[in-house]
Amino acid sequence: MSAVATSLGDSVVMLRRNLKHTLRNPTTVFNAILFPIVIMLIFVKVFGGAFDVGSSYIDYVTPGLLVMAVGYGLSATAVSVNSDMTTGVINRLKVMDVSRGSVLTGHVVVTALRCLFACAAIIGVAFALGFRPSAGALDWLGVVGLVSLLGFAAAWLTVALGLAAKSVETAGIATVPLIMLPFLSSAFVPAESMGFGLRQFAEYQPFTPIIETLRDLLFGTPSTGTAIVAIAWCVGLAVVGYVWSVSTFNKRA
Amino acid sequence: MSAISVSGLRKTYGDKVVLDGIDFDVPAGSIFSLLGPNGAGKTTTVNVLTTLLRADAGSVRIGGHDVATATKRVRSLIGVTGQFAAVDELLSARENLQLMADLKRLRPSDRVITGLLERFDLVESADKMTATYSGGMRRKLDLAMTLVGNPEIIFLDEPTTGLDPRSRRTMWSIVRELVAEGTTIFLTTQYLEEADQLADRIAVLNQGKLVAQGTPEELKRQVPGAHLQLRIGGLSDLQLAARLLPGSTSDDDELTLRVPHDGEPRSLLALLNRLDEHGIDLVEFSVHTPDLDDVFLSLTDQNITNNLREEAIAR
Repeated sequence: MSAVATSLGDSVVMLRRNLKHTLRNPTTVFNAILFPIVIMLIFVKVFGGAFDVGSSYIDYVTPGLLVMAVGYGLSATAVSVNSDMTTGVINRLKVMDVSRGSVLTGHVVVTALRCLFACAAIIGVAFALGFRPSAGALDWLGVVGLVSLLGFAAAWLTVALGLAAKSVETAGIATVPLIMLPFLSSAFVPAESMGFGLRQFAEYQPFTPIIETLRDLLFGTPSTGTAIVAIAWCVGLAVVGYVWSVSTFNKRA
Repeated sequence: MSAISVSGLRKTYGDKVVLDGIDFDVPAGSIFSLLGPNGAGKTTTVNVLTTLLRADAGSVRIGGHDVATATKRVRSLIGVTGQFAAVDELLSARENLQLMADLKRLRPSDRVITGLLERFDLVESADKMTATYSGGMRRKLDLAMTLVGNPEIIFLDEPTTGLDPRSRRTMWSIVRELVAEGTTIFLTTQYLEEADQLADRIAVLNQGKLVAQGTPEELKRQVPGAHLQLRIGGLSDLQLAARLLPGSTSDDDELTLRVPHDGEPRSLLALLNRLDEHGIDLVEFSVHTPDLDDVFLSLTDQNITNNLREEAIAR
């Protein structure tokens, strides 16, 4: 069997294993899918009425909620990668000469799939709450593409955090910054409404261009400049996550 | 033929020397036990031998293949059960074994899996998630997973640490079965009894160096302190016996005599005959041989070793 086929075969085996993990762990499902919906209901139904964003709040907030939903699915991955490391599962696989990439890609692909699923759930509930985007088929394709890319990038970063963490507990909270970042962006209120310092942070942090691009795709014509910045952030984070993951994976025994 | 051959193995972390020039050889089909206190470098040795860590110097050959240059070949020969039961908690025992079979591309795998479940007495709980298993069951499953694909050389890093005596005995009998089938076993342990029970040869590792190597019996003989304890029927007999047996120390109050002796039957018989020829009233005698605990303590702690030497000289 060729190296590529071997690696692909191993990846499929590992992917199946990680899918089973997600399906058997109710906490993961709750954190990744139900929790973002709970946050959504709080923002839209409780706070939303008081925010003035110049349009219907559900239309304003949904793109940000998509990004937030990606963040909530990550801690399960960090914990699962870390327990693979600390319980010796990864060493067992290394000694068996399982293709190195497959152990990590199994985690990454399942994480990205879980993120997409969570985003689909958010969109579904958003429609029920009165979300009315003007996007055409091509725009929707763009939304799915960008969310997938973000999920993929965040997944690699999370795998790296999970591998690097000394314990399962540390791994669990390592992804908290990724959950908090959307709150400090234009996700819930426009950046212009924030105070000095915070506003600049919100404008330049990675999630803002991603959220703005999603918003443009859903409600108008995307600005190419913002879209390029958004994609660049995703690719950059993915590369950092990938390189960090692979080096930690090879180093720790 | 050697299944494992190690020479001049060195490994350092920063400026801490973990393995300081280790040599040993394990014949195929035997059990070799690496014994040592916590932090002696046992797990580091296993990690180097199983391709997880690279040595800084020295050569390691597994099944005749160099671990540094023929890593893939080595990996296809070995099975490793680490210090912690590396089982997937969210999968059942059957699924864990299936995962191993899939990754080793065993097809069809059903018979292998059922066979292992039966052998390790895991049939009843085969389809329960392993998160519900006891420590002993997890260890058994861990070893069963290692056996998928019949590796020729198996590394067991403290396989019974934390197990109750019954589970420990079950593990021992499985290890003996494997060796009977021709598998080579490399075992690390901190339990002397385990090494004594299982190993053909033992090496004692202390602070990164092998301080002793041999069969369990050879190691026990290395330690001073083997002696005979004789109880004599009267004081005059005791004094006579003390004169007959050079090197002995007598206790006049207890009417006992302590004679350095390794317990070897022929010379023991001669000694007893000699006492009998002189008509000495021997009431009771016992042979005290050091057990592996004595060996371990004397070899792994320099101070204790020195004390013992002084004691031996004083005697």
